[in-house]
Amino acid sequence: MPQRAILDHEFIDWTKSSFQLLENGLNGSARLPFHGVRKAAVAQFAKLGLPTTRDEEWKYTNVLPIFKNQFALANQEPVVAKNAIDAFGFEGLRDKMIVLVNGRFSKELSTLAIDDSTVKVGSLSDAIARGEKAVQEHLSRYADFNSEPFVALNTAFTLDGTFIHIPDDISMPHPIHLCHIVVAEDAAAAIASPRTLMVVGKNSQVHLIESYHTLEESAHLTNAVTEVVLEQGATVEHIKMQLESKSAYHIAASTVHQAEKSCFSSVNIDLGGAIVRNNLNVVLNGENAESHLYGFFRTTGSQLIDNHTFIDHAVPNCESNELYKGILDDSSKGVFNGKVLVRQDAQKTNAFQESKCLLLTDDAVMYAKPQLEIFADDVKCSHGATVGQLDEDAQFYLRSRGIGEEKANSILRHAFASDIFERIEVAEVRDMLESLVFEHFND
Amino acid sequence: MLEIKNLEASIEGNKILRGIDLKVNAGEVHAIMGPNGSGKSTLANVLAGREEYEIDGGEVLYNGDDLLDMSPEDRARAGVFMAFQYPVEIPGVTNAHFLKTALNEIREARGEEKLDAVEFLALVKERMKLVELDQKLLNRSVNEGFSGGEKKRNEIFQMAVLEPKLTIMDETDSGLDIDALRIVSNGVNKLKNPNSATLVITHYQRLLNYIVPDFVHVLVNGRIVESGGKELALKLEEHGYDWVKEANNVAA
Repeated sequence: MPQRAILDHEFIDWTKSSFQLLENGLNGSARLPFHGVRKAAVAQFAKLGLPTTRDEEWKYTNVLPIFKNQFALANQEPVVAKNAIDAFGFEGLRDKMIVLVNGRFSKELSTLAIDDSTVKVGSLSDAIARGEKAVQEHLSRYADFNSEPFVALNTAFTLDGTFIHIPDDISMPHPIHLCHIVVAEDAAAAIASPRTLMVVGKNSQVHLIESYHTLEESAHLTNAVTEVVLEQGATVEHIKMQLESKSAYHIAASTVHQAEKSCFSSVNIDLGGAIVRNNLNVVLNGENAESHLYGFFRTTGSQLIDNHTFIDHAVPNCESNELYKGILDDSSKGVFNGKVLVRQDAQKTNAFQESKCLLLTDDAVMYAKPQLEIFADDVKCSHGATVGQLDEDAQFYLRSRGIGEEKANSILRHAFASDIFERIEVAEVRDMLESLVFEHFND
Repeated sequence: MLEIKNLEASIEGNKILRGIDLKVNAGEVHAIMGPNGSGKSTLANVLAGREEYEIDGGEVLYNGDDLLDMSPEDRARAGVFMAFQYPVEIPGVTNAHFLKTALNEIREARGEEKLDAVEFLALVKERMKLVELDQKLLNRSVNEGFSGGEKKRNEIFQMAVLEPKLTIMDETDSGLDIDALRIVSNGVNKLKNPNSATLVITHYQRLLNYIVPDFVHVLVNGRIVESGGKELALKLEEHGYDWVKEANNVAA
C-alpha cells in the first residue's frame, strides 16, 4: 500500500520536526535525565512507524484514518473557564479533581487539596524537575516504547501529566479524580499526550478515576499512557472512563506492575470516540497477587472500540479475573483481544476470562479473541467469548407486563451491563455512569 | 369482555388454530382443556401477543377493541395478563424494579398517578402474602434461580399487583406439587371479582378442583369440539381425550 508508506513517512517527519520544536522550548529541562528518554522514544518511533492492519496486534483496527488529518501538538496553555469543568466532576467528588488540559496539569482548575504532606498528587513535570526518586525509579520503566509505537509517541511528547505517590500504609480516605480535557483551538487537529505515573506503597489503598472529555466536538487525538505500580500488599481500584466526543481519536496504554499480595482492579468504560484503542497490560510479578479487569463499551454510528488486554502471570499463586462486555449498535465495531500468559514458573495460577457482547443490529460487528498461552502445568484457566442479541423471550415477558418496547430493551441492556457497573466500588462514579449510559431507566 | 371469532393461526407455516370461537364475559372462569399439541398454548400466546405466530383469519375483540391489532404492552395496559407456562429468567433485573416499572407503566396508561417507592413496597408486601412468597425474592433477579413453584407463584403475585381484567393461565399447574398448586389456586380465587375474567388453560383436571370453572371447552386439533360445564372436566379426567377425538372424527 504505497499510500500508507507516504502517510507513515509524512507523520514520522512531522513527529521529528515537532520534537525539534518541543526541544527548543524546553530550556533548562532539556538537561534533565528524562529528556534522554524522550530522545530515545522519538528515535524509536521513527523506527517503528505507525502500525498497520498487517500487524497481528492491529489486525482489526486501522489507525490510518486518524493520520489523514493535519496534526499539531496540542496547545499547552489554552484558556478554560472554571465552570466548564463542573460538568465533568462527580457529584460529591468535585473537590477531589486533578484537571489536565491537553495533557498539562492545571493548578487553577484542580480542586484536590491533600492534607497529608507525605502523599504527593500533582504535576508530573514538577516531579521530573525536582528529581523525585519515585519518578526516576519508575517513569517509563513499564510502558514499553521499544515495541509499542504509540507509547513511543507519548513518551517523546511527555511534557507533563500527573504524578501520584502514596507512601506505605496509607489508605486514601477518598478517590482521586484525574479529569482530562482536550481543547482543540487550532485548525489542525491537536495531539494530546497525557502521562500518568502512580506509585502505591506497601499496604496502601487508593481509588483512581481517570476520565477523558472534550470541550467541543473535534477530531483530535488523545494518546495517553498510564503507569501504575503496586508495591507489596497495595490495593488499587483504577476506573478509566473515556467520554470524548464521537469524532475524537483515543489511544491509551495502561501498564500495571504488581508486587506480592497486591490487588488491582480495573474498570474500563468507553462511550465516546470515533476510533478507540485501549491497551491494558498487567504484570503479576509477586506471589499471591490478584488482578480483576472489567470493561464495558457502548458504540453507535460507525465507532470502533478496541480493547487489548494482556495479563502476564510471571510468578506462582496469582489470580486474574477478566470480564469485558459491549453493546454495539448501528454499524459500529468492537474488538476484544485478551491475552493471558502463564509462564512456566507460574504454577497454581488461576486465570479466568470472559467477553460478552450484544449486537443490536445486523451491521454491527464484534471481533473477540481470547488468547491463552500457558506454559505451567498446574493451573486453572478458562476463557469464553459470546456474541448475541437481546433475549427475545425476556423482551416479550417484559412487554407482556405493560412495559413498552423501548423501555423493555433499555432494561435488558442495563441488565446486561449491570454486572460490570456493580464492580465499581466508588458509588458516586457508579451512579453517574448508570444514568449516563441508561438515561431511559431512571424511575 | 373477550370475543374470539373463527380465529386461525399458524407458526412457521404449520397451521395450529383452525377456527376458534369463544366468548368470555366479565365474572366468568373458562377452562380450556385438550390433549398435547391441540393448540392450547398457541391460543394463549396469540392472545398475549407473541409475534412469532401468524394470524391467518378471524378476529379477537377485547371490550370491543381489536386485540390482535394491539402490541403486547398495550394489551397488558388494557388489562390482559398471561401467567406463563415457562416464566422467563432475567438476570440483572430485580423482581421489585421490574414490577414497579410494569405497574407504573400500566397506571400511567390508565391515567393514574405513579406509585412512589414507599407506596409500592406497601402494596407489594400485602400482595406477596396472597401467594406466600418470600419477601427476599423481591430483590432477586426476575425468576433467576427460583424453584418451579416459586416461578409460578411469582406469576400469580405479579397478577395480584397488576390487577388485570382478563387473566390467561397457561398450564400454570404444570410442574407444581400439590401444596404449590393449592397456594397458587388460593391466590387466583382470592383475586376473582365480578369485573374480571379468567381463562384457565390446562391439560389436567386437577387444577380445576381448586379453580372451579363456569365453562369447560375441549380443544382438539385447533378447534373447540366440546363445551360444557365443570362436569365436562371430570368426564375428561375419567375417560381421557380419546372419546372426544372419536366423536369428532379426529385421528387419535
